Amino acid sequence: MTTTKTDRTDAAAGILFIAFGLLFGVQSLGMELGTAFRMGPGYFPLVLSGVLILLGLAILIIAFKKVSATEMGGFAWRGMLFILPAPVFFGLTVRGLGFVPAIFLTTLIAGLASLKMKPQWALVLAFGVTVFSTLVFSYGLGLPFRRFGPWLPL
Amino acid sequence: MDLISNLGLGFATAASPENLFFCLIGVILGTLIGVLPGIGATATIAMLLPITFQLEPVSSLIMLAGIYYGAQYGGSTTAILINMPGESSSAVTAIDGYQMARKGKAGTALAVAALGSFFAGSVATLLVALFAPPLTVVALKFGAAEYFSLMMLGLVSAIALAHGSILKALAMVVLGLLLGLVGDDLYTGTPRFTFGMPEFAGGLNFVALAVGVFGIAEILRNLEGEQDRTVLGTRLAGLFPSRADLKRMVAPMFRGTAIGSVLGILPGGGAVLASFASYTVEKRISKTPEEFGHGAIEGVAGPESANNAGAQTSFIPLLTLGIPANPVMALMIGAMIIQGIVPGPNVASEQPELFWGIIASMWIGNLMLVVLNLPLIGLWVKLLKVPYHILFPIIMAMCSIGVYSVNSNVYDLFTVAFFGLLGYGLIKLRCEPAPLLLGFVLGPMLEENLRRAMILGRGDPTVFVTRPISLLLLLLMVAVLVVVTLPSIRKKRDEVFTEAE
Repeated sequence: MTTTKTDRTDAAAGILFIAFGLLFGVQSLGMELGTAFRMGPGYFPLVLSGVLILLGLAILIIAFKKVSATEMGGFAWRGMLFILPAPVFFGLTVRGLGFVPAIFLTTLIAGLASLKMKPQWALVLAFGVTVFSTLVFSYGLGLPFRRFGPWLPL
Repeated sequence: MDLISNLGLGFATAASPENLFFCLIGVILGTLIGVLPGIGATATIAMLLPITFQLEPVSSLIMLAGIYYGAQYGGSTTAILINMPGESSSAVTAIDGYQMARKGKAGTALAVAALGSFFAGSVATLLVALFAPPLTVVALKFGAAEYFSLMMLGLVSAIALAHGSILKALAMVVLGLLLGLVGDDLYTGTPRFTFGMPEFAGGLNFVALAVGVFGIAEILRNLEGEQDRTVLGTRLAGLFPSRADLKRMVAPMFRGTAIGSVLGILPGGGAVLASFASYTVEKRISKTPEEFGHGAIEGVAGPESANNAGAQTSFIPLLTLGIPANPVMALMIGAMIIQGIVPGPNVASEQPELFWGIIASMWIGNLMLVVLNLPLIGLWVKLLKVPYHILFPIIMAMCSIGVYSVNSNVYDLFTVAFFGLLGYGLIKLRCEPAPLLLGFVLGPMLEENLRRAMILGRGDPTVFVTRPISLLLLLLMVAVLVVVTLPSIRKKRDEVFTEAE
């Protein structure tokens, strides 16, 4: 008898797909389904959700019968902490602060994601990116950004 | 002859100073991002998409196309010099190209890659010019049932190129389809999966999703283990292949071009598949298969020709049917729609300048690449030394600006962050993101055609098998599905992918 191991990566993937299938499936049930002749808004998504749940189940079951399991490896926690908020920050401040300060701070936040980035270099880089993108996007391409927004006492 | 006058129109369009300029910018940018690791063509095109809105439709599409094949070239450069394929389609090139570089033949490997790609690009461009017009005639006969079947075929083919588990790739396609349905229902206006937020009524922003899943997720993965790269190839002497080398590369180049041209047309992303297929073929028919993996020149010439040919011919389904063969083509569709062009069989007759201009610009772009790349290889090598922690904050800034400027919608930036996280999670769970994006683009089209076909067929599902073209496409789909799940082929496929890693 061969020993089987649980592949946690695959198991997690299976569970994730099942969860998405349920999320979409439950919402589809709340919509008009219609008939195969005249499909309502819920018909196609419900079918897809069912297929996704089945696929997720299959992945999950197979994950318990693997001969060898693989490791997931480390996570980029610091990266997630700084990279993901960067675009959100830009979105929240580009109107209030204006394009120039928003892009400066966004680049700075993103720069902090790497351990190798020294703070002074992050500042220099952010400054360079700000000058470049202001010249290219705002002056060069004429994208309709306010360079300095109403939040600033200018 | 039609072909000549059409190509004449194309070259006249593509050779205007303005379009030449944008083609040049495109190929330079493409090579640049192909060389810089950690940022692929998909993410770059997604980021630059908003900027191209300001340009003429022809110019913007020529530039985007230039980025696409420029990235293929740049990707091979890094594959050969640092054993790190900048693009997934150059993964195979890394196997033997890097070994050649280690033996001091980096220059030869780079030249072989460039010449092979140029040859393949020229042939494939001609093929596009020859086959696209007759296909548009066929495409005009397509009804809803045919479109549905064709897209099913495309989606199933998409799993053939995904790494690892076929089940996971299928699940990613389905998840992509579901995400594509977010927004108001086309027929009834019912909001679907918007979580009560009217900002998502028009659907999830495609650019935001692509930047998140491909760009941000990739940055996060690169930040995991920040290791230094070692650059080979300070000795680039002997750029031009010797006569013996040239002789060895001719046959693989022809075979690679043929394989690439055929596989590129398949919806589902031919370029990657083509390079793997070409490598396998070259290894099998070689008299010295033991050389493969230790610097066989055939192992560079074949796959490089194949991936470039595939990259060109993947424009055929886009230009004739309006159906994307891979994520980059999906972005091109996005670009066309934003420019007010409806992708599909009517483009060739209604906008001949655009249609033929793009085709002609492919050849011009390929020529530019050879002329640029051979003398500039030294410069690209220097660029490889730019540390990653300088690059990614710049990428983040450009992503933010690019996504926001599509419709000045703050929610799009939340979408970027969400899909960056989801994409990273999926990569950690060893799920390839490409099928998801393809599903996302095709989701609404697939549903619309399914519903329309069912209405036209009065609710009878046999409509898909009683119409000959539709039946043929579905049979092809079943064949692809059977082939990828057959145990022997699966084993072979796993082998090829493992070799590449």
